[in-house]
Amino acid sequence: MSEWRLYEVFVRSKHGLNHKHVGSVHASDAEMAMENARDLYTRRSEGVSIWVVPSDTITASASDEKEVLFDPSEDKVYRHASFYKLPDEVGHM
Amino acid sequence: MYAQLVETGAKRLKTKEEMSPEEREFHEKVDAETKIEPKNWMPEGYRKTLVRQISQHAHSEVVGMLPEGNWVTRAPTLKRKLQLMAKIQDEAGHGLYLYSAMETLGADRDEEIEKLHQGKAKYSSIFNYPTLNWADMGAVGWLVDGAAIVNQVVLQRTSYGPYSRAMIRICKEESFHQRQGYQILLDMMREGTEEQKAMVQDAINRLWWPALMMFGPHDDESPNSQQSMAWKIKRKSNDELRQMFIDQTVPQLEFLGCTAPDPDLKWNEETGHYDFGEINWQEFYDVLKGNGPCNRERIKTRKNAIDEGAWVREAAVAYAEKQKQRAQAA
Repeated sequence: MSEWRLYEVFVRSKHGLNHKHVGSVHASDAEMAMENARDLYTRRSEGVSIWVVPSDTITASASDEKEVLFDPSEDKVYRHASFYKLPDEVGHM
Repeated sequence: MYAQLVETGAKRLKTKEEMSPEEREFHEKVDAETKIEPKNWMPEGYRKTLVRQISQHAHSEVVGMLPEGNWVTRAPTLKRKLQLMAKIQDEAGHGLYLYSAMETLGADRDEEIEKLHQGKAKYSSIFNYPTLNWADMGAVGWLVDGAAIVNQVVLQRTSYGPYSRAMIRICKEESFHQRQGYQILLDMMREGTEEQKAMVQDAINRLWWPALMMFGPHDDESPNSQQSMAWKIKRKSNDELRQMFIDQTVPQLEFLGCTAPDPDLKWNEETGHYDFGEINWQEFYDVLKGNGPCNRERIKTRKNAIDEGAWVREAAVAYAEKQKQRAQAA
């Protein structure tokens, strides 16, 4: 089975929600990956749509490079609504 | 329980001073309950221990299908047959979730399965006992899956992210298994003939002790337990989990109107727990070493499944290759 490609599986649990990563399957092609994903991850109507993506086509950030990669967003507090203080009289905004 | 004896390679725990900066950082994360993910730095021993534990767990799920497979063609009604097949399918699924989690550690699925076939990898001792009558399907669901749940609920908090997430999925599905098992026994006790009721008691007599053995040996001060706890791969000791299981199971046993084959089993007002007799550890180690009633048969069946299914896998690869060439030509 090692010669079978690994696919990551994403399931949309309900209409209107994002697809979410649920796990992976091995398969000889995309069609089989889809069938395996259905059998493995949606046995109890957990989804309305499935994506299967070959794992080796995913480019991921290393989770250890947190500081380097995400540094630009760390010191920009003014990007958050909570940065802007409004007088109570203005009410909800 | 599925991982009854996992070697960690540790002789003793390292002190913070002895650790490399990376290892110290790793421990700080584990202590802060931050999950470790596949791409994070981890000690080699942690990785190896996880591969051993998760593969044992996966093998247990897969071998665990066999005692129940024995009864698919003999289930008393179509309803029971469908329920049993759904449960067995879940177990195949659980094995797959776990093999996937194991693969995130760089382990190869085929290699690990080969280790199982060569007797180098373990699986839970419980699946080396035969399932002799229909009540065994009830007792397996209730006791064996019940014991598995106690263990797995705690493992949802294990420190390795993919393992923890597999456990969460598995736990969601597992309670159906236990309930369907208990219902089989309840129906037999309520509506069954004397002979059928005797089958229930017989199944409990045979499976009670092996179910308690699922939690593994007593916790000693062994470096393996300490290391697994320090890494938070393991979250509760074997004895703690076994006691939890007994405390929750005995009232269910009494409700059935059955007894456990343990004269020492009784409520202890002082401790607030049930006292129980000593497990036959010689039997446990014998079964673990491969000398239980069904060890050889189980491995043979698994090997046959892989060997005789080889042509299907080869055909699938050939088909995929042909489709790819056609697509390129078009």
